[in-house]
Amino acid sequence: MGEGPAAGPHDAGSVPVLRARGLVREFRGFRAVDGVDLDVAEGSVHALVGPNGAGKTTLFNLLTGFLRPTAGSVVIDGHKELVGRTPEAISRLGLARSFQITSLFAELTPHQHLELALAGPTGLGWRFWRSDRALARFTAPAAELLARVGLAGHGDVPAGSLSYGRKRALELALALALDPKVLLLDEPTAGMGAEDVDRTIELVQEIRAGRTVVMVEHNMNVVASLADRVTVLQHGKVLVEGPYAEIRHDPRVITAYLGDSDVAR
Amino acid sequence: MILSRLARSGRGGIVLLVLGLLAALVLPWLIYPPVALDIACWALFAAAVDLLLGFTGLLSFGHAAFWGGSAYCTGLIVLHGGMPFPVAIIGGALFAALLALPIGLLSVRLTGIYFAMVTLAFAQMIYFVANQWRDVTGGENGLQGIPREFLGLDLSDPFFFYYAGLPFVLAGLFAAWRIVRSPFGRVLVSIRDNPARARALGYPVERYRLLAFVLSAALAGTAGGVFAIGHGFAALDGLYWTTSGQVVMMVILGGIGTLWGGAIGAAIVVQLQDFLATAGFEGVGIVTGSIFIVIVLLFRRGIWGTARHLLISRRQADPPVSPAAGAAEEPVESPEPAPAPASPHPAGD
Repeated sequence: MGEGPAAGPHDAGSVPVLRARGLVREFRGFRAVDGVDLDVAEGSVHALVGPNGAGKTTLFNLLTGFLRPTAGSVVIDGHKELVGRTPEAISRLGLARSFQITSLFAELTPHQHLELALAGPTGLGWRFWRSDRALARFTAPAAELLARVGLAGHGDVPAGSLSYGRKRALELALALALDPKVLLLDEPTAGMGAEDVDRTIELVQEIRAGRTVVMVEHNMNVVASLADRVTVLQHGKVLVEGPYAEIRHDPRVITAYLGDSDVAR
Repeated sequence: MILSRLARSGRGGIVLLVLGLLAALVLPWLIYPPVALDIACWALFAAAVDLLLGFTGLLSFGHAAFWGGSAYCTGLIVLHGGMPFPVAIIGGALFAALLALPIGLLSVRLTGIYFAMVTLAFAQMIYFVANQWRDVTGGENGLQGIPREFLGLDLSDPFFFYYAGLPFVLAGLFAAWRIVRSPFGRVLVSIRDNPARARALGYPVERYRLLAFVLSAALAGTAGGVFAIGHGFAALDGLYWTTSGQVVMMVILGGIGTLWGGAIGAAIVVQLQDFLATAGFEGVGIVTGSIFIVIVLLFRRGIWGTARHLLISRRQADPPVSPAAGAAEEPVESPEPAPAPASPHPAGD
């Protein structure tokens, strides 16, 4: 394969920023992900949907290095192979993720979270002989990121004491702080009330500028309002892929997933 | 209360620091000088272990390897190299750090009880090597007659040697404090709280744990070196697992993640052992063990940790100084299940 001039079979001319081929992950003989091909076009919002147990989160963990695939490859930017790299190395190659279950540092404040995220690429984290006041140089950008996700004024309490919605907002801010090329959001609206869902949609719409977003999402309203392309997974395989308007009428999708969902409309 | 007022004004730390330094300076006047030196050495050893246990989330049960290994190395440098003892102590600390490198490389992938067991196994291996390698280590007799002198000064009086060894202990404690309050220390706390998230932010968790392990070993080695010079010998039981167990006990008694709590734990355990030994009581372990159990059951945060917690909650309960400032402008966070009690060593990644 490689980077040919005619690499993109569908979107003419655009090389997918993230491409997976033949991804397989077995758990004791059970294939949670079973031969998935995925092309994510640069600058798009790409949703992964599917019923529970379809392999969405496993696929996510394969893309970000938190799980090693049994077989297959993942390539970013057309030539950088991700399989075999550690999660931290993948994060540094520009693939940042959020977690489905809020995953924060309980004793650190949101401000300190963002300082850590911003300090990562600078190597400041190794300086054990310096005062932690050296992190103050990230104060302004951290405050800016907090304001962006609506957490201004909540930067200085332990993250463990934040409300659920604010924890989710901090998750987004952390992923943003890494300024990733590809942002992977694992169910950004899981467990949210309608108001918070609307806010999150706005936020994702705002932060997608200049980057690619891949999201696992259960809420079809969110998928409808955000996603350019949708990949439907079932039993670890790709069932259908296409724009939301197309796949929502696909009979296979309706039986597999939307059929027993109240959002089929 | 004066203490809580000081803590609120932010000067509490400085007052405690001055009190601590004063206590360190007058200690050999108050108690038997060799015991004072033991307390100082174990205090630094405990701080080194707390750097891992309280701030990195790793329970090392093999730190005797670094304390005892450095004691032997320090003794050998003085006995065979004829070097002044400060050089020997630094050499011992470097040796401990070097020893920690392969042990750390092979164990930092593990956490929780697995990490504790693997570090214990390595330390026991080193204990057996020291026991067998009689030509160098003296086997069961250990290294004896390590001279205590510096630039022609005879420091064999424990009272004077206390003041010769104290700068090393204080420098080690300062280093531990600096590490905990550095950008590196911040990353360590994040790794302790949530290693997967630290990875997602791009931090290579194992390498950070390894550096923390090596730094902790160097500090433990400093303490072990001062201890060896102070007693004039390096003994095999400094490498035995009971040494690792005792320092962990001191950290837990004083309070995990407090850094200074270990000094209190060290003072209690060393004093008690000395008292019971002088009284001719045989079952020292039964008494220290019982006290340990009582304190852990009554004060889950340890002595220092409990005191600090009481002070902080009292400060928060006090009404604000000026009624106008900070009344209720901040919206109250919606109720949330209380955060899980901080676990010193998360179960795993």
